[in-house]
Amino acid sequence: MSDAVCSLLSCAMDEERVFGLSEYEGAPARWCAGCGDHSILAAAQRLLVEEQLAPEHTVFVSGIGCSSRFPHYLKTYGFHGIHGRALPVATGIKLSRPELDVFVVMGDGDCCSIGAGHWVHGIRYNMNMVVLLMDNNIYGLTKNQTSPTTPEGYASNTQPQGSYLAPLNPLSVTLGVTNASFVAQTADWVPAHLFATLKAAYRHKGLAFVRILQRCPIWTPDIFRQAVIDPERTQVLHHPAGIEAPEIDEIYTNRIEHDPSDLDAARTFARTSENVRIGLFYRDASRPRYEETRHLPVFTAEQRMEALNAELDRHAV
Amino acid sequence: MTTRTTASPRLETLPEHTVEVVSDSGEGAQKCGQIFGSVSAKMGNGCWTVEIIPAEIQPPARTPGSASGVRIRIGSEPITNWGDEARLVVALNEQVLLARHRMDALAEDAVILIEDMWATHSDESIRAAWDAAMKEMSGRAYRFVRVPIEQQTLTLTDNPRHGKNMFILGLLAWIYDRDLARVRKQIAHEFRKKSAEVIERNVALMELGVSWAEANVPFRFAVPPPDEQPEMVVMNGNQAIALGAIAAGLELCAMYPITPATSVSHYLGEIFDSVGGIVHQAEDEIAAAGVAIGASYAGKVAFTVTSGPGLALKTEFIGLAVMAEIPLVIVDVQRGGPSTGMPTKVEQADLLAALYGQPGDAPKVVLAPSTMEECFHCMITARRIAEALRCVVVVLTDANLATGVTPFPRPALDARWHSRQPDQRPVTETERPYAWDERLGLSRRFIPGQRGGMHTLTGLAHDEASHVTYAADVNQRASTMRSRKLAVLQSTLLAPPIVGPAEGDLLLVGWGSTKGAIEEAAARARHEGLAVSSTHLSFLSPMQPGLKEIFKGFNQVMTVELNYSDRPGDPFITEENRRRGQLSLLLRAQTLVDIDCWTRVPGQPLRPGQILEEVRERLAKGDAR
Repeated sequence: MSDAVCSLLSCAMDEERVFGLSEYEGAPARWCAGCGDHSILAAAQRLLVEEQLAPEHTVFVSGIGCSSRFPHYLKTYGFHGIHGRALPVATGIKLSRPELDVFVVMGDGDCCSIGAGHWVHGIRYNMNMVVLLMDNNIYGLTKNQTSPTTPEGYASNTQPQGSYLAPLNPLSVTLGVTNASFVAQTADWVPAHLFATLKAAYRHKGLAFVRILQRCPIWTPDIFRQAVIDPERTQVLHHPAGIEAPEIDEIYTNRIEHDPSDLDAARTFARTSENVRIGLFYRDASRPRYEETRHLPVFTAEQRMEALNAELDRHAV
Repeated sequence: MTTRTTASPRLETLPEHTVEVVSDSGEGAQKCGQIFGSVSAKMGNGCWTVEIIPAEIQPPARTPGSASGVRIRIGSEPITNWGDEARLVVALNEQVLLARHRMDALAEDAVILIEDMWATHSDESIRAAWDAAMKEMSGRAYRFVRVPIEQQTLTLTDNPRHGKNMFILGLLAWIYDRDLARVRKQIAHEFRKKSAEVIERNVALMELGVSWAEANVPFRFAVPPPDEQPEMVVMNGNQAIALGAIAAGLELCAMYPITPATSVSHYLGEIFDSVGGIVHQAEDEIAAAGVAIGASYAGKVAFTVTSGPGLALKTEFIGLAVMAEIPLVIVDVQRGGPSTGMPTKVEQADLLAALYGQPGDAPKVVLAPSTMEECFHCMITARRIAEALRCVVVVLTDANLATGVTPFPRPALDARWHSRQPDQRPVTETERPYAWDERLGLSRRFIPGQRGGMHTLTGLAHDEASHVTYAADVNQRASTMRSRKLAVLQSTLLAPPIVGPAEGDLLLVGWGSTKGAIEEAAARARHEGLAVSSTHLSFLSPMQPGLKEIFKGFNQVMTVELNYSDRPGDPFITEENRRRGQLSLLLRAQTLVDIDCWTRVPGQPLRPGQILEEVRERLAKGDAR
């Protein structure tokens, strides 16, 4: 997502500006202690610093839920909209202002349940933006309801006898959609890999879909516990064209070789397994981007009036 | 009646005439009627068309349910509605004619040109159906002219389904003395995407109709156009909305297909690119609203166009736009409801949904154009208001405006209609994204890309800095500020004009597409000596000022609307429990005047004659309330 094009509306900026971490810090984060979202926020802020994204040129769009408070904790432009609808808003922003850097932050309820239609079509539009699915397998803000990614049998307030259905696999779904161009998975407890993934996502031209496995210390403390405690339970997809996070190589030795240009293999590895798999499943930067397909030249008011006049001629008596 | 040659047909000069062309769906009656209407408008006649649309794309042929066509009312003066009954009908079979007969769409002594092949058809059941239909219609003084339409058409084409309509066009062109050069030109325009061969054949078929009529039809009607008039354009309301959107400088139309709104995007899809605009076909109605909101938030001016079910789906997003003060224009082309209702039929029943559709207090501006010309201009107004007030503007049109074609004075374009880009100067540290002016409720809008303006917009209750807060005083103030904007707008509006004397026995009040029918009914009532005036509201939220004062001049005030109300006198209906027409409900609440209503949900435009009848009855009864 690295278009360094100057905004039409703000190219008056000429002096060199250097942005430190404080330039990106919004309100103090009010997630619970131990929530994986803190780690994701830190990684995103590190990315903003490292890429030196102008805060006024960056928009974080979210829906509703714990994770969707994300934009409030940054000092970029933020759009904290309605439940499940972050993607349409981001589509509108990117379609009309392709030069802006757009990040979308959703939870598993947002993306995989109430907003699932937009998810499928957002992947298909493949607009140049980073989409983060912060997946803690539960509805947190509304206090412990089963989400589409809750493990089967897991008890919640809405399904106290345990979740009735097998969970939806967000990676498989995304990889099944026409025009998917970047699909990765990472986890909040592997910060180096998380950061490297965000960076690769940002650098990708097209919609970069990143599912981040995220711990909820209040409602789902057990779900990722084994994977957190035992690095052997985490399999890292490895490839020269994949996501490089050498810092973790010594700890996470359970590796799978996977070429991210191989869609069939990506779909195979994306299947639900006993292990947690992190890394780049698929990347194809050649997929068309909707905002480019639909890009149109800018017309002045006079030019538009001229064209309108010609059109009125067609209706003239 | 047998065909015969007449040297000099009887010529009647009339101030206006109403024509219908009906056929089985797919036989091209609409195309024929559209060309006839366009040519008439281009010759300077007043004109108003209404489509007669079957429910399905391919309903069974030769059934009343298959009736497809168009009504064209032409006049020497401007025509503002579809009139009462058709005075001349061309029908391609007796079943579609029967459908119109059963709807009381035809004048007592209507002239009916009908395809005569069915009367003598080899299929016995068809002959029987013809006889039964003729018997059913025999109580009327219809004057039938049997025309061998298919037989004539077959002399020039192998496939009469694609040609009978052009033959009929020729009949009408001769009967109404239309300018044949214009008819040929209009045929070429309508079939511009087809080959030259198709156009030539259609012109030849039309000319065949002309010569057949010349040799066989014993009458002609002249509806002379006025000598002089301003430069005019001819289009339907959805085209006017699309062109108005361009004139207003709107740059993005996000939509999802829905009848009868979709043709706005069809037309925009053809021409928007050439002026730098984008039609985005979203994955659903909700996304269409979201995309428009996202684009508007990012500084472009966007709108979305929908109909009732779509408006319902957009509800939550509209609430967000109100709460976060994001400019947004929503066009709702109303159709019959609730639920899927009557998708192709007209109704004015989304008024309360437009005003009050959002849970929570969500003040919005609601406009209702009443003519095709207003469809064009209201888009410019809507954009202006949306941006000036940082608010949502709902434009309520309906299926009658959407598909009706009429001429109106060509708009004199003005580049100032394109508002300037929003203020993009850097924001200073002390400025806030919702620094509401205490008096006006207005605040400066910060747009992504604008330095120093970074904030997180939210649908949660928020303070001036857009920080989430549930503090009682902040929420009270923010709600007041969002509401205040409507009062500020209202202070700039004019009272609606009264058509007719400012005092009298009865005032009719309307909104939207019923204007022409109401005004015509009131004028006819005055002509009969009744003290009836009318007024028409173009702003429904906020209401125009001076209404209470206007109402004081009349003994009775009654709204006329195309929505549902209980009829007084029906079982269980009392003054207390009666559910009233939507505008009357609003007016009663706003003015405390005892305003009655007369409303219907026929799925078609109101006829002036129906309204007049109600007016007569009411005034004959004295104080009906």
